[in-house]
Amino acid sequence: MQEFKRKYVIPGDIVAEGNLKPLVNVFRIGNSIVATRIGIAESNKDGAKVIPLSGIYFPRANDIVIGKILDHSSLSWSVDINSCFNAHLPAQDIFGRDFSPAHDDMGSQLSKGDVIVARIAIFDRTRDPILTIQDKDLGKIPIGELIKISPTRVPRLIGKKGSMIQIIEQASSTRITIGQNGIIVVSGKDKEGINIAMNAIHIVEVEAHTSNLTQRIKQLLNVPESEIENEDTNGNQEINVTEINDDKAVSNKIDKEMGMMNSNGTK
Amino acid sequence: MVQNRSLIDESGKRSDGRIIDELREVKINVGIIKNADGSALIEFGKNKIIAAVYGPREVHPKHMALSDRCVVRCRYHMSPFSTDTRKSPAPSRRETEISKVIRESLEPALMLEDYPRAAIDIFIEVLQADGGSRCAGITAASVALADAGINMRDMVSACAAGKVDDKIVIDINDTEDKEGGADMPVAYMPNLKKITLLQLDGELNTNEFNTCLEEAIRGCLKVFEIQRSSLIEKYFGDEKGLNE
Repeated sequence: MQEFKRKYVIPGDIVAEGNLKPLVNVFRIGNSIVATRIGIAESNKDGAKVIPLSGIYFPRANDIVIGKILDHSSLSWSVDINSCFNAHLPAQDIFGRDFSPAHDDMGSQLSKGDVIVARIAIFDRTRDPILTIQDKDLGKIPIGELIKISPTRVPRLIGKKGSMIQIIEQASSTRITIGQNGIIVVSGKDKEGINIAMNAIHIVEVEAHTSNLTQRIKQLLNVPESEIENEDTNGNQEINVTEINDDKAVSNKIDKEMGMMNSNGTK
Repeated sequence: MVQNRSLIDESGKRSDGRIIDELREVKINVGIIKNADGSALIEFGKNKIIAAVYGPREVHPKHMALSDRCVVRCRYHMSPFSTDTRKSPAPSRRETEISKVIRESLEPALMLEDYPRAAIDIFIEVLQADGGSRCAGITAASVALADAGINMRDMVSACAAGKVDDKIVIDINDTEDKEGGADMPVAYMPNLKKITLLQLDGELNTNEFNTCLEEAIRGCLKVFEIQRSSLIEKYFGDEKGLNE
């Protein structure tokens, strides 16, 4: 484990001095690396960064997001992805290359108000993001409870290698789909399980920056220690909003019939 | 400007009991408006001001969007009940001007190029006014922007200094603004050590101007400490462990 130096910062605070590489949410002035957001600053020999604690979702290519269909033109659906840009899902993505607005009825596939889980195929700041649903576990979500959390809390909710979300899913017998944009869909057979999962997600959101959160969630959900692979319970380790840039999340699926867990989320 | 009564008494106390280099009591509450992306309520003496920030969000009308950076829109507004005689709620010439100077004082701190084709809306609503409301508004808006998680080069703190009874005093109140000799609001980026707003109403000679500017910056630094502690308290509560 690498040595991290952590501290709380607000915009303008110096994160580190010296010849370090500025990673995310920091910039360099002279010999100093300065924070641009409120959050937890981390610096080690690889560079310095700030894990933000507030902010909206800014799209990135290959993020998995959950969006709501707003409308459609003759060629694409417009999707609200909880960001400063509306995304577009091209009709060809569903109908194939021989899509014809004259013959194909877009309303038959997706209509206003439908919720989809999609991947951002293209985004380069000069145009609105383009979505695709041509991947495993993507597409229309038929049923579930929708929750919105701050996008900055998403990595904490997933946890290290998906540990936190696995705990919640197993304890509540639900399936939780998380979008990097802070939209979450909880679905399951019984309402009680869904309520338990929603409550746990709310606690993770509010207490994301505190230590020993995984332990507290385990206690809340009455999960015995042995059931989940033991995490490092070191206090600092717990402030693991970390792999914020690496998390290409996130569609966790419990295949109950097969008795298998397939978490193809965090990489 | 005619001074018809003494604003500083023999013991050096000002009309509200402060000494010449003393700020009014400042309190900032962060995140008081749930519907906004970031917000703050500031109590700066008798001033009570709410700042709310929305964004970055889509620009409407779309033709206002800029392809290389974010648009900042700012609205400073005084409530009809904020003064002793009712103020018309329609935007006045003064409010339009203050909206503009506040926007220009905050823009240098924002990394607008990070959010092309988007807009940031800043609403500053004065609930109770007591002189220095633009400074308090800038201070609150800066905290609200940080609360909204918008990339910033630095915080912006603002404080006024001025001349009352031929003495340079810090943080001018309403009476001193109306009856005093000069009023100089200053907004300052405390870590970058850069001034983002400097206005002057009244007359000062070169020495007075320099002293006044120094005092105003000293006031800004005091205000910054309060901004900082309010944000730390909101986000990290009592968990100060990491910084110790």
